[in-house]
Amino acid sequence: MTTSTNSVDGLFRHGEVVPARRLTTPMWLRAAAYWGYQYKRTWRSSVITSFLIPVLYLTSMGVALGSLIDRHSHGVGGVTYVAYLAPGLLAGTCMQIGANDTMWPVMAAIKWMRTYLAMLAAPLSIYDVLLGHLAWVAARIAIVVTIYLGIMAAFGTVYSPWAILALPAGVLAGMAFGAPIAAFAATQDKDAGFSTLYRFVVIPLFLFSGTFFPISQLPHLLQYLAYATPLFHGVALCRDLTLGQVHGWVDLGHAAYLMVWVLAGYGVARLTFAKRMVV
Amino acid sequence: MTDAPVADRGANTGTPMVEAHGLVKRFGDFVAVDGVDFTIAAGESFGFLGPNGAGKTSTMRMISCISPLSEGTLRVLDLDPATDGARIRSRMGLVPQEDSLDLELTVLDNLMIYGRYFDLPRKVIRARAEQLLDFAQLTDRANDRVDPLSGGMKRRLTIARALISDPDLLILDEPTTGLDPQARHLLWDRLYRLKQDGVTLVITTHYMDEAEQLCDRLVVMDKGRFAAEGTPRQLIDRHSTKEVVELRFRPGQHEDIAPELAHLAERVEVLPDRILLYTDDGDAALAEAGRLGHVPQNTLVRRSTLEDVFLRLTGRTLVD
Repeated sequence: MTTSTNSVDGLFRHGEVVPARRLTTPMWLRAAAYWGYQYKRTWRSSVITSFLIPVLYLTSMGVALGSLIDRHSHGVGGVTYVAYLAPGLLAGTCMQIGANDTMWPVMAAIKWMRTYLAMLAAPLSIYDVLLGHLAWVAARIAIVVTIYLGIMAAFGTVYSPWAILALPAGVLAGMAFGAPIAAFAATQDKDAGFSTLYRFVVIPLFLFSGTFFPISQLPHLLQYLAYATPLFHGVALCRDLTLGQVHGWVDLGHAAYLMVWVLAGYGVARLTFAKRMVV
Repeated sequence: MTDAPVADRGANTGTPMVEAHGLVKRFGDFVAVDGVDFTIAAGESFGFLGPNGAGKTSTMRMISCISPLSEGTLRVLDLDPATDGARIRSRMGLVPQEDSLDLELTVLDNLMIYGRYFDLPRKVIRARAEQLLDFAQLTDRANDRVDPLSGGMKRRLTIARALISDPDLLILDEPTTGLDPQARHLLWDRLYRLKQDGVTLVITTHYMDEAEQLCDRLVVMDKGRFAAEGTPRQLIDRHSTKEVVELRFRPGQHEDIAPELAHLAERVEVLPDRILLYTDDGDAALAEAGRLGHVPQNTLVRRSTLEDVFLRLTGRTLVD
C-alpha cells in the first residue's frame, strides 16, 4: 500500500512508511501537545514566577507577619502561621492558574489566534480540542504545585508524607475553576467579562476562603458562602494533607466536592465549546 | 521533468471525491446554502465562484466536515462527514479564509505542531517541512516568528501547513484574497503543480482570472444556489457573447445613445461610465456605430471573460 511515486519534484506523495503504532496517539493528547509547544517558549519565565511568588509570600506573610501572629496567639490551630498559610496559598495559586489559563487563552484560541479552528481542520474534534486544553492546564498546575511543595519543604512547613497527595489535590482545586471558567469563556465575545470575573470572584475568594485566616473569623452568612465555593474545600484539603491532619471522610468529601465542579464544568464546557465552534 | 501520469490518489476507483445532493445550510432563519447538488471527481480542480455571502464558505465548511449540514446528503472521500469526520480530515488539507497560524511561534514550529495533529512521527514531519518550506519559498524564514511575515508569506505558510499530511483533497477558501499580484502568481504556480500531482483542488474565489487559471470546472453561486455550472469556456459560451465592445461617451450621454445601438448587439448594458455591447463580432459592431454617427471618446473591443458571465449572473449591485 505504500508504493511511492515521487512526482513532479518529489514534493508530494511522500510515501514514507509510517508505523501504524505511531498513529494511535489519543486525539486529545495531540491537542495538548500544541500547548506544550507554546510552553516551550515561555517555560523559563513561568518556572521562575512559580518559584519566586511562593518564596516572596512565605517570607513576607508567613515568616515576617507570621512571627507577630505566633508571638501573640501561638500560631493558628496549633501550628505556626507559616505552616498554616502555605497550603492555603498553594490552593489559591492553583485557583489563579486554573482561572487565568482558561480565560484569555481560550478566547485567543477561539478568536484572536484561531488555534481551535486550525485543530478542527486537522482530524481533532471539538471535544478533543477541549479535553486537550484542559489536560494541559492541569499539567501546568501540576508543575507549579510540584515546585511549590519543594519550597514549602524548604520552609519547614511540610509536616507529613501525606503532603504528596497535595499534588492531585491542588490540580483538583485548580480545575474546579478551570473547567467551569473555560465553559464560560467559550460564551464570551469580548474579554471584558474576564477582568470582572477576576476582580469580583477570583480575588475575593483568594482572600476569604480560609487561605489567610480560618473562616470562623467571618460573619456566619459569609461562612456559609465560603463553604459553597470550591476554593474553601481546596484549601482545607491541601492544609490537612501538608499538616498531616487527615480526617478520612471529611477530606474525601472535600475532594468529591471539587470533583463535582470539575465534572460539571467539563460537561457544560462540552456544550458551550460545541455551540461556539461547530456551526 | 516529464509530464508523468498523475500519481494515483483514488482516481482508479472511479468514486467521486465529493458528492452532494440537496445540500442545505441554515443559520437560524437565514438560509446560507439552499439545496445544491455537485460531484467533484478525483484529480479535478473545482471552483466555487460568487459574490460575498453567496454561500461559498458555508459549502466549503460542510465539505471540510467542520460544519454540520442542515439538510441533504454529503459524502467526502466516500465517507460520511457526520460519522467519519476525523478519517476524512486526516486525508484532507484545509486552507481557511482567515489564516489560523500561531503568530508567536516560528514558521517551522507551526508546521511541526500541525504534523503532530495528524500524529506523524517527528522525523517524518521534519523531512516534509523541509520540502514544504522550499515549496513555499520560506526556507530562510524557517526559524523566524510568524507575526512579522508579510500577508503573502503567511498565506503560503498556511498552504504549506495544509500539505503536511500529504492530503488527497485540498480545500482552499479564497487562497489569494488580499495578496499582491506577485504573490498571487506564485501561489497559482504552486497550486498548478499540486494539480499536476493529482491532488484534487476545491477552490472558492471571487477573482475571475484565478478561476480561469486554476479551475477545470466551476459553479457560480448566488444567494445560496448555483446560478450556472460548467468549464470556464462553457460558461462564457452559454452566458456571454464571444466579444464585448466597450464605448465611452461624455458623461450623461449614455442613456440617450444606448437605445440607438440596441440593434447592433445581442445585449446592451448601460453603465454610468460606458456602454457595453455584447456581440460575436466586436469590430463590425463598432464600425456600424461609427456609421450611425456615434463617435465615442474611447473604445475597447475585447473577448468575453468569466467576469462578464459572473456579473451577468450575479448582478452589478454591491453585495455586503
